[in-house]
Amino acid sequence: MQKFDRIKFRSNMSSAARQISVSLMAVVVALIISMLVIAAMGVDPMKAMSKMLSGALGSKNAIAETLVKMTPLLFTGMSYALANRCGLTNIGMEGQLYVGALTATIAGVYIPGLPMIVHLPLTMLAGFLGGAIWGGIVGVLKVRFGANEIITTVMLNTVATNLVQYMVNGPITEPPGDDAQSSPLLDSASLPIILKGTRAHLGILIALLFVVLFYLFLWKSKKGYEIRVSGQNPNAAIYSGINTGRNIILVMLIAGGLSGLAGATEVMGVQGRLFPSVSPGYGFDGIAVSLIGANTAPGIVAGAFLFGILRAGGNSMQRATGVPVAIISVIQAVVILMVVATGFLREGGFKRKKAAKRQNVQEGGVSQ
Amino acid sequence: MSMILEMKHITKQFPGVLANSDVDLSVAKGEVHTLLGENGAGKSTLMNILCGLYHPTSGEIWLEGKQVRFSSAKDAMAHGIGMVHQHFMLIPTLTVVENCLIGAESKSPLKLDLDGAAKQLSALAKEYNMDLDPMAKVEDLSVGACQRAEIIKALFRGAKILILDEPTAVLTPQETEELFHMVRKLTGSGYTVIFISHKLNEVKEISDRITVLRSGRSVQTVANDESITVNELARLMVGRDVDMTVTRHETDQSKAMLTVSHLTLGTPSGSRLLNDISFEVHKGEIFGIAGVDGNGQSELVECLTGLRKATAGTAVYKDLDLARSSTREIMKKGVSHVPQDRQKSGLVLSMNLSENLILQDYYQPEFGKGMMLDWKYINEYSDRLLKDFQVKAPSRYELAQNLSGGNQQKVIIAREISRQPGLLIAMHPTRGVDVGAIEYIHRRIMQERDEGRAVLLVSTELDEVMKLSDRVAVMYEGEIMGIVDPKKVTVEEMGLMMGGQRRDDAPAAVG
Amino acid sequence: MNAIDILGGLLTSDLRMATPILLSALGLLIMNRSGLINIGCEGIMLISTFIAVAGTYYTHNVWLGMLCAMAVAGLLGAFFAFLTVSLRANQIVVGVALNTLGTGISTVLNRMLFGMDFISVKEYAFAKISIPGLQDIPVIGQALFAQMPVVYIAFLLVPVVSYFLFRTPIGLDLRSVGENPRAADTLGIDVYKMRYGAAIVGCMLMGMGGAFLSTGLLNSFQESMTANRGFIALAAVIFGKYKPTGVMLATMLFALGLAVANLLPSIGSTIPYNIVTMIPYLLTIVALAGFVGKVTPPAAAGKPYKKG
Repeated sequence: MQKFDRIKFRSNMSSAARQISVSLMAVVVALIISMLVIAAMGVDPMKAMSKMLSGALGSKNAIAETLVKMTPLLFTGMSYALANRCGLTNIGMEGQLYVGALTATIAGVYIPGLPMIVHLPLTMLAGFLGGAIWGGIVGVLKVRFGANEIITTVMLNTVATNLVQYMVNGPITEPPGDDAQSSPLLDSASLPIILKGTRAHLGILIALLFVVLFYLFLWKSKKGYEIRVSGQNPNAAIYSGINTGRNIILVMLIAGGLSGLAGATEVMGVQGRLFPSVSPGYGFDGIAVSLIGANTAPGIVAGAFLFGILRAGGNSMQRATGVPVAIISVIQAVVILMVVATGFLREGGFKRKKAAKRQNVQEGGVSQ
Repeated sequence: MSMILEMKHITKQFPGVLANSDVDLSVAKGEVHTLLGENGAGKSTLMNILCGLYHPTSGEIWLEGKQVRFSSAKDAMAHGIGMVHQHFMLIPTLTVVENCLIGAESKSPLKLDLDGAAKQLSALAKEYNMDLDPMAKVEDLSVGACQRAEIIKALFRGAKILILDEPTAVLTPQETEELFHMVRKLTGSGYTVIFISHKLNEVKEISDRITVLRSGRSVQTVANDESITVNELARLMVGRDVDMTVTRHETDQSKAMLTVSHLTLGTPSGSRLLNDISFEVHKGEIFGIAGVDGNGQSELVECLTGLRKATAGTAVYKDLDLARSSTREIMKKGVSHVPQDRQKSGLVLSMNLSENLILQDYYQPEFGKGMMLDWKYINEYSDRLLKDFQVKAPSRYELAQNLSGGNQQKVIIAREISRQPGLLIAMHPTRGVDVGAIEYIHRRIMQERDEGRAVLLVSTELDEVMKLSDRVAVMYEGEIMGIVDPKKVTVEEMGLMMGGQRRDDAPAAVG
Repeated sequence: MNAIDILGGLLTSDLRMATPILLSALGLLIMNRSGLINIGCEGIMLISTFIAVAGTYYTHNVWLGMLCAMAVAGLLGAFFAFLTVSLRANQIVVGVALNTLGTGISTVLNRMLFGMDFISVKEYAFAKISIPGLQDIPVIGQALFAQMPVVYIAFLLVPVVSYFLFRTPIGLDLRSVGENPRAADTLGIDVYKMRYGAAIVGCMLMGMGGAFLSTGLLNSFQESMTANRGFIALAAVIFGKYKPTGVMLATMLFALGLAVANLLPSIGSTIPYNIVTMIPYLLTIVALAGFVGKVTPPAAAGKPYKKG
């Protein structure tokens, strides 16, 4: 068995190494393409990139901004990854984020008189529950009625943004109702700043804590094992007596809740109140984050860091070079496209399959 | 003999796999030529090359003396080659005639001529005594009718050489006879038929000549006359003398472990997938269930393993009515289940062997306290099983998908048997695996019996059921036609039961 | 305003508002029938809205502007097919990326070419085609017989697409690819070619829809102006049960929601705009849950196919 262990070590390494190298390659190619686009706009791409990097990492303040942007991305990245591990395509993170932001706002504005030690977690919980409901609806619709989650999440995204617009213009608008925004959250429901003089708030630490929980849950717990089996082969899950329907609903509840936390930390730590455009697309960015990270915990941190840099550095790039910050969306899109376009390299361990099939042939069976 | 088709030195290299290596095949006009070989011998690859779906790495194809090169399936079809695939290539939501017109040349690109085509199809069907309504939707057709639709489709598209890939797998012996009748009629009127099979008796019956493939190579082509016996064919196919006998020990079979009585599974439309099934499986006994695929065997196993709930009747095992219990309850009670399709439900192909080996019991305290898994223990456990069950794999970290069919099946057998079940339910345990693995799996199942477990063996391979079982029930359209002692029954009698003839002198269901 | 005028106005604006959605939905339907799900419709429409305005601005011809948009959308369709068909990338993820790309690139290009200026192409707008006599019929006259040509084209495309899908040989081939590509392959159909074709033609229709939205309805480009119309089109295909006529009725219903929502303030209603705009999405969810009969998508939709 000792010999086998060595082989296992190598094959595991090569698998992880391949994942990382393919992701890195996709990101590098995407950046090159984006620089070509910037060059086509008549701007020196090296200058634009260096402005972006200095805007994201060049100072204490810049790093804090990157951490601020990373926070919701970690949550939405985990949200997509968790659902994906269960075989679901959750593209409803944006909507879940909006509803989470809404419920957190309601809890943060309208429950006065609580000490922070109670109010803060309560507001977070409200955000989690809001997102969980929005995700849970998708799970129930799928399990009970067989409604495809891709379409229902798309539809619920738009419903959620409309719901938030309606709420900030009506029921929870800040008196007297001149602006489309809620009242500010109470201090007891606002996330404290962790780096003095910056916007970096406690949310990033909470998000990283959740990444650890995410890892433990999926790979070390029995429920996580069930979920991965359900995602990789639902028939095998049913065959072994796993209640796949209940797991789908559970996963959509948690995934929705994670996205809800993205919304909650945004209003509690950054924006201080609910605006109709609480997210510039963090929900959709979560897909990219999770894709780059291959649905793994460290990968999600890396992916969120990358997109945090883009989001944080984009503004300084615009200020310094005039390249519109919308270019960030283009870069993100290209990154996503590169990652999926190279997907066949990622899983296509041609060599591994070859070895296995050769074994087949030796045993007198040719796989067809 | 004039050869209508010659395939010379065909080699097909897939990434990492040599599926065909220097294969020769010569088919005479008007003959039934059989390609005989084990699962994975390269038959399907060769035929997919012939019908233009694959391109050979090297080698030549000659049709009526002229060398041809097929760039696509359309090309092969234009040269008169038609294939009836083992898994039907029909679209259920379309009608038969629409299915026949897919991809066909048409007179006008703007008008789909359904009526004209339907007339042609009816004429063809009539000519070969086939019962088929061209306007019927495929989803409403029986399996036999689907096969007829496939044959008609090939003829309609101008096939002169008809390839039938394992056509009898879904048919009763009697339906097989009808098919053979049709095949003879086709060859009589000038068609050539290439017949793919691994069932020796059928091959012996229908073929004019036989080409044997083994491990991707053509071994030999023989004329099917008195000089060749079924045993010789078997030896050619497997490459060595096959000793498929198993030794069985005397066991105490007095105690019934599973008592199925009047088990019935109805559908909302009122038809019955299982009708009044009763039998007992005893300790130390292998109880076999034979029958053509699709006669309720899957449903029976599903009802016994909690995957479906029976609508009436009971199946009692250790005070638990399996017909009303959940899968988890049943498995906890000591039932093991080797599922009919290892890749579809038996394994998680993209997970490693450790993860696959705990699939049935991961929630037990043995594999981790509370909510968490104990990977250290699981890994030791996996190593032990892989060694005990002779699974050929580099390590427990290998993904299940990288194993050969035989080793994949061994992983499942290891998982299910190591649970030390009181009742082992095994469905098609050796389907699509190589001969070495078949021998091993048969031995293991027999060992379980000898150690006093009750085994329910469901298989469509008649030889397998007859050889292993102590008693055999034959299922037809959801009912048991009879329960017999395999040592006291002829293949013909079995065939009749498989075709729906009830055996009146069958021993009592309970006994 | 009297009731008849309101009704007539509503119908007229309904058909006009339905047009970009209908064109896109027909494009999506064709792709869907070949087995491709394109969530990126919104992004493709958005890029097209900008290209059409820019094209019209530079060529001084609104039709040429539309052609530019259709050409670009067609290229995006080919790109979509390259990724999802040839490289077998996940269709949903590619679609999401196209949406992100659409938001980004339409804004970037707009800033690059026009800076912060507001560009109107009103002077080149589509001319209405009014049919004398018929246009004076009360209620339906203006709606049916005094519209811009693209409106007529969109609605005439419904029977055309229907005939194409269900009455022509190539339509049968296309549907078979969407239902069972393996079977189609064995019958000599080039599955990849079919899907590329469907993607290109389908996306060109989305381009036409986007172009009409900017140059036909609003005479200008605004950032994110599609405002989820691409998703409404997606909803309409499902709500219309994957049939051209159904898709048309669904778009008309959904557009009516938009038309009513716009009308609400002017008739002094207190029903909030945002609540009304949710309706199409909620209806689609209800349809998906099977409350209005079974919706069966093409069997192979969304699944990559590997030849051989």
